[in-house]
Amino acid sequence: MHELPQTLVNGLTLGALYGLIAIGYTMVYGIVQLINFAHGEIFMIGGFGALTIYIWLPSGTALSLALPLMLIGGVIASVAIATAAERFAYRPLRGGPRLAPLITAIGLSIALQQAVWAFYPDAKKPRSFPQFEGSSFEIFSNLHIQRGDAFLLIAAPVCMLALGLFVSKSRAGRAMQATAQDPDTAKLMGINTDRIIVMAFAIGGAFAAVAALSHGLKYGQINFEMGFIAGLKAFTAAVLGGIGNIYGAMLGGVVLGIVEALAIKYIQDIPGMDQLGGGAWKDVWAFTLLIVVLLVRPQGLLGERVADRA
Amino acid sequence: MRHRSLLIITTAITAGALTLSACGSRDDKDDSGGKDSKTTVVIGVDAPLTGSLSALGQGIKNSVDLAAKVANKNNEVDGVTFKVKSFDDQAVPSSGKANATSMVDDEDILGAVGPLNSGVAQSMQGVFDRADLAQVSPANTNPALSQGDDWASGKKSRPFKTYFRTATTDIIQGRFAAQYYYKDAKKRKVFVIDDKQAYGNGLATIFAEEFKRLGGKVVGRDHLTVKETDFSGISSKVKSTGADSVYFGGQYPEGGLLSDQVKQAGAQVPIMGGDGIYDPAFIKASGTNNDGDLATSVGYPVEQLDSAKTFVKNYGEQHYKDPYAAYGGYSYDAGWAIIQAVKAVVEDNDGKLPDDARAKITEALGKVSFDGVTGKVSFDQYGDTTNKQLTVYKVTKGAWKSVKSETFKD
Repeated sequence: MHELPQTLVNGLTLGALYGLIAIGYTMVYGIVQLINFAHGEIFMIGGFGALTIYIWLPSGTALSLALPLMLIGGVIASVAIATAAERFAYRPLRGGPRLAPLITAIGLSIALQQAVWAFYPDAKKPRSFPQFEGSSFEIFSNLHIQRGDAFLLIAAPVCMLALGLFVSKSRAGRAMQATAQDPDTAKLMGINTDRIIVMAFAIGGAFAAVAALSHGLKYGQINFEMGFIAGLKAFTAAVLGGIGNIYGAMLGGVVLGIVEALAIKYIQDIPGMDQLGGGAWKDVWAFTLLIVVLLVRPQGLLGERVADRA
Repeated sequence: MRHRSLLIITTAITAGALTLSACGSRDDKDDSGGKDSKTTVVIGVDAPLTGSLSALGQGIKNSVDLAAKVANKNNEVDGVTFKVKSFDDQAVPSSGKANATSMVDDEDILGAVGPLNSGVAQSMQGVFDRADLAQVSPANTNPALSQGDDWASGKKSRPFKTYFRTATTDIIQGRFAAQYYYKDAKKRKVFVIDDKQAYGNGLATIFAEEFKRLGGKVVGRDHLTVKETDFSGISSKVKSTGADSVYFGGQYPEGGLLSDQVKQAGAQVPIMGGDGIYDPAFIKASGTNNDGDLATSVGYPVEQLDSAKTFVKNYGEQHYKDPYAAYGGYSYDAGWAIIQAVKAVVEDNDGKLPDDARAKITEALGKVSFDGVTGKVSFDQYGDTTNKQLTVYKVTKGAWKSVKSETFKD
């Protein structure tokens, strides 16, 4: 059992990454009831935006100096793509049948992936991402934290705190809540709902860029396909936590990450279960958990029961 | 989408119908073959030309293209011009099957090179077999493709007479790797991981069996998922089992990350894999952590063989956008084997293609024998290459360096 702390930390970092991406799903869904399946690609493009900045900087620039600039580059790339997607792919379909924007989202996701593959130099293979020098921090003898993970473990709570304050305290944040509750009434109260929707996409994009930078630092590489699985897992996290709820997205991510880590490590050790553990089965356990949660609490862990709109 | 699936179904049905009626209907076109105009023989190439394995796929396509160009320049087969038509399978079995159907449908295609992945090959074999169209893979290493599903129990039987390959099988590659780990590197406790794919899982299983047979211990066995990036769970298991080495059956995108994460988890042990990780991208995938990692690959290093020097020079002169990569030499040889088979068939038939050219070429392929880029090229009774040369490569200062080349012995 002395590896439990390490397993939990592995799960926590993975979960924080899922959670950061899940914010984008949950905010957009909360306001326009659209599942933005291109969000995984917005995440991926954030990574390439950050990498582009790093390539432009004079070689040998210390990563600690480059990091803020890379963050800005990633955020600009992600936010630009997210808002452009909203403006040109989703807004024209607003008010149309529910299925139309969903299919557009899937198409957009493939288009973005292939565009990066075709036009980003050398993106046909995984691209290496700058990494921190030195090895991991040793907390106890049996608990190591990688330098790349440290960034993630700091960035995720900071971002969440900022978002929480923004939504509850600022004028724009309250307008956002109002739009989520009832867009028509919000409009009557003088809220520019179009602008709120763009804002939701932009915030989701910015969080995805932070996640992408963390992903690059954590794994030392990014590639044009990385948005697919990460996006799927983050979407699962958003549903698990209660889609529409920003804290739920983070909680769902962390729960999902930890369940995966525990499933890899411990299920094999349960007598009679040795065939059902390990890396091959982790997704089975993660999705079993999702189904169980949804059976018991269809609204997700932190979601609120909403009446169907008439 | 709807149109597309309709199209695929239609092609499949047409192809099936054509195959059935092929006996009598092929002749009108071939009549012109032996006269003044040159006959064009098309070699189909199926490989992942897009997606994360596209670097390997492009190398395959270009190398076959080079073989066709060289054959045309030398006038290798009198009266025949070779052309290459390429198909993208994106490493997806269903795309491979659709491509195979299109190739069968194209009467000018008399032989195919590809695919890269064993899993894709599985879906194509039957289609080719029914049409008598020969297929030579430069890269498939799964034994079942040529020796049947029961190969492990010793009951070998060739399932498809049209299937050939210029790469050695994983039976040889996996055992070679185990022998190197046990005898040369003196490893005793290995942790075996694979990516659940036909290639990776097969290779890892063969490795594990041989390692145990030699007297080593497999201290853990786990699987990871293709396209995922987080293997920290498996990596910390490697560390806690106290393994002195890791064997990975899979491809470089996951292999590179795995190697990095195993070392980050605190286990300073090498990872060895097969030809699937023998690629510069494996090293680039993860910073600086993979010094000392190992890979086996089929054949001798292309750059070291005299027979390969012309190939490397010619390839350079064509200014292809992508390098020939890990399978370039085998792809060239695969293309050349088809060209030689066409030559034999044409020479046997008074200088023109016979009516049942596809079947004749398949038959002739089994008998070809020539000195290729990768050494002697010929096929045994299963369609496997008779060339059993292998090489162990090691990551040294950020590049693959060959450390041992040998012909496999039992």
